[in-house]
Amino acid sequence: MGGKGFFVAEKVILTEADIRRAVTRIAHEIVERNQGAGDLVFLGMHTRGVPLAHRLAQRIGEFEGVEVPVGALDIAFYRDDIPTRGAPPVRPTTIPESIAGKAVVLVDDVLYTGRSIRAALDAVIDFGRPRRIQLAVLVDRGHRELPIRADYVGKNVPTSRSEEVQVRLQEVDGLDAVVLVTG
Amino acid sequence: MAPTQAEGKTLLIHEGRLLDPSQGLDAVGSLLFKDGRIEWWGQGEPPVKPNAVISVPGLVVCPGFIDLHCHLREPGFEDKETIATGTRAAARGGFTTVCSMANTRPTVDSRATVELVLHKARTEGSVRVLPVACVTQGQQGKQLAEFGELAEAGAVAYSDDGRPVADARLLRHALEYARALGRPVLEHCEDPALAAGGVMNESALAHRLGLKGMPAAAEEAAVARDIALAELTGAHVHIQHVSTAGAVELVRREQQSRRVGTVTAEATPHHLMLTEALVLGPKGGDITAALGPGAYDANAKVNPPLRAQADVEALRQALAEGVIQAIATDHAPHTLADKLCEFDQAASGISGLETAFGLVMGLVHASVLDLPTLVARLTSGPARIIERGLADQGLSGLGSLRVGAPADVTVFDPNAEWTVDPGQFASKGKNTPLAGWRLKGRVMATIVGGGIAYAAPGLAVQKAVEVAGA
Amino acid sequence: MDVDDFSVADYDLVFETADAMREVLGREIKKVPTLRGKSVVTVFFEPSTRTRVSFEMAAKALSADCTSIAAATSSVAKGESLLDTLRTIQSLGADLVVMRHSASGAPYLAARHLDMAIVNAGDGCHAHPTQALLDLYTIRRHLGRLAGLKAVLVGDILHSRVARSNLSAMTTLGLEVTLCGPPSLLPGSNGDAGWPACPVETDLDRALEGADVVMGLRLQLERQEQGLLPSIREYVRSYQITRERLARARPGALLMHPGPVNEGVELTPDVAHGVQSVIEEQVTNGVAIRMALLYLLLGRGQ
Repeated sequence: MGGKGFFVAEKVILTEADIRRAVTRIAHEIVERNQGAGDLVFLGMHTRGVPLAHRLAQRIGEFEGVEVPVGALDIAFYRDDIPTRGAPPVRPTTIPESIAGKAVVLVDDVLYTGRSIRAALDAVIDFGRPRRIQLAVLVDRGHRELPIRADYVGKNVPTSRSEEVQVRLQEVDGLDAVVLVTG
Repeated sequence: MAPTQAEGKTLLIHEGRLLDPSQGLDAVGSLLFKDGRIEWWGQGEPPVKPNAVISVPGLVVCPGFIDLHCHLREPGFEDKETIATGTRAAARGGFTTVCSMANTRPTVDSRATVELVLHKARTEGSVRVLPVACVTQGQQGKQLAEFGELAEAGAVAYSDDGRPVADARLLRHALEYARALGRPVLEHCEDPALAAGGVMNESALAHRLGLKGMPAAAEEAAVARDIALAELTGAHVHIQHVSTAGAVELVRREQQSRRVGTVTAEATPHHLMLTEALVLGPKGGDITAALGPGAYDANAKVNPPLRAQADVEALRQALAEGVIQAIATDHAPHTLADKLCEFDQAASGISGLETAFGLVMGLVHASVLDLPTLVARLTSGPARIIERGLADQGLSGLGSLRVGAPADVTVFDPNAEWTVDPGQFASKGKNTPLAGWRLKGRVMATIVGGGIAYAAPGLAVQKAVEVAGA
Repeated sequence: MDVDDFSVADYDLVFETADAMREVLGREIKKVPTLRGKSVVTVFFEPSTRTRVSFEMAAKALSADCTSIAAATSSVAKGESLLDTLRTIQSLGADLVVMRHSASGAPYLAARHLDMAIVNAGDGCHAHPTQALLDLYTIRRHLGRLAGLKAVLVGDILHSRVARSNLSAMTTLGLEVTLCGPPSLLPGSNGDAGWPACPVETDLDRALEGADVVMGLRLQLERQEQGLLPSIREYVRSYQITRERLARARPGALLMHPGPVNEGVELTPDVAHGVQSVIEEQVTNGVAIRMALLYLLLGRGQ
């Protein structure tokens, strides 16, 4: 990646080890809060929520011996900013099994305004009526525009609006790191 | 024809390049008109002091252009054009005489309609109008029109242009009558079955665009038939708007081996200068490229259709050689609504009177023709084709600058450049694919019967010498 | 207007978007709220139930409001009605118009004089871009690639907008195309005049040799009355796609047809419903492709 321009400054917020520890902790919290992993379905939000969801499921598999189904959710169809920002690229949504009556955990990399989560809630409900929906994010950077909060957070990072939080994951970017980009 | 010269008045065209191919004249000199006739030409002072003078240094002065083929639409289609607007357009285009086609409503197939056209032209027109009458009554292709009476009323030729005579036997008899009256039959050559439904030239481009084409063979088959009938009857067949290399070749061969009949031909400025590529849009284009937003522009729809470059080359060659004797506009004005529709349904035709000269001057600038040859094709060439009709109207000498000829003159600047703006047309028909084109060659004045039918802005007419009349 | 200005990247974007649309169409509730508040009007100056319904379903699956107008073209009205009709629709606030017209080039006229987005749902013999997109999408899904494949289009090439758009799309995407049909229904020249820049063949058996994709085209039965065909029987004898003829193509070659099929004319029934036929899937993919186009066009920032 590196700097895109001369004045771009990057600061590492989470290292590879930090990310690994955060995922492990969230996996434990999810199992604890839901009293087991039996009813769980993970839905990762494109793009980087998907590998995160798989990592969570893998971790739970390791210590609980339960295989949590993982799906991928594309929220482009549910966004509220299509008329102003243009049509974002869309990828197919895959829902592993019926979510009716299940405990769905939405997984995303960064929680910011909350608008993506609002769209994701609409998307999930189009597939059925889950018993409950929870939200897990790797980073919460604040600046909410909707009454939404995460149930599981890897790290809270105070930011200014001019900054950008970039999550990089092995599966997508070839390495694990979360950086704060200023400029 | 409004702008005639008052009796006894004189007008001098002073110091221009006098160009009259009919008498091999190409020299700087002046030209004096009196009583609507050419009184004198030569160098130095005229024999009498003129009432008015137009100074034309550096400009060319030639016989008034004669258009064998235009549609004035009146009576019946006054929303497209009237004799008043059409002849004003003619004057702006340098034409002092236009032959009006008979496909009006009613058609010009009776003494009454011929006289109506002549009357309108006399009272409202800006240039001379010579009516062409129908070959068949109502252009129905069933029964011959009354050739003799029509000639007497003032028709100089016969044509069912727009609805070509399909029946060869009927056309044979038409030619027999026309021959006896010394007049040509002007033929729009198109085999109706082969051309049926066609909206452009049949070609790879038509296939690419999914438009139905009119094959060159549709024109050539009809030309071949008409040539055979000219031979059979000994009459004069004049092929209108020749557009294909094959048709040109048929005419050339007939002229070379001429036995009995007479076969002449005209070509339009658009067939001489434009190709079917204009259907891709005003800038033309490449058949293999993506279509631009200007594609399927109905202003490029005309019948016969714009053809391929090879056809254009053949027409130019034939025009230079004299196989084609006349340039005729096929001025076909239409309303906006006639053209602002699907290509298939749009009316065919180009409003051509006002762009004709500037367009064909391109042939001189490209050294395809010399200037005297071009002028011949616009003056003496067409005059010759309707010679007998002109004589019957007392217009012998039209198309030349001979002393005693009608005082019809066109003054032009061969090098002046201008931009085509259909909004400025005098014609009601704004339908042209040439909007925005730069043309080099501009009409500066048009004089009909010694009166000024058109003068370009900036051309001064001095009336200083009024004393001569005192 | 047409696919002739599409780049390979444009095709990829449409195809990838269509993948997502197929997923929506596979749901129990086949509807997403993406284009809520957008209005799509289909204007068919030439009747076509299939294409119109496909566009309507696509619009509705994306929650756009969809109104359909069947406009009769009267030759007496001289087509002034075309621009008038479209201007009215524009004034009524349509965001996008889907138009079908029997005259080649009609959408170009419309686009020159109107400000709204126009999707060409077929114009005369000229183009049927959404059909070409869905055809190539279907091929890609089945054969996994497009470049290097050999496609044969069979039948009334001369009057086929499907053939023209497919030829354009296939050429861009690197397929080898052969056009095959009766001599009276083929475009005249053979490449030297610039179009079509591909082999034109009257012998179907030879054309099918080694083909990966065989696409039958609809034969208007009126062509016989127009003197373009000696008889339907003669057409069947030389140009019907039969099981024996299809066997000349590569094993696993796809059989396609834009529909509606005159069974027993262009194709034998066993071929039309055989294992190699993807005709029904073409119809399904048509909705996905049209959703993708509506999404990409209407999602574009104003």
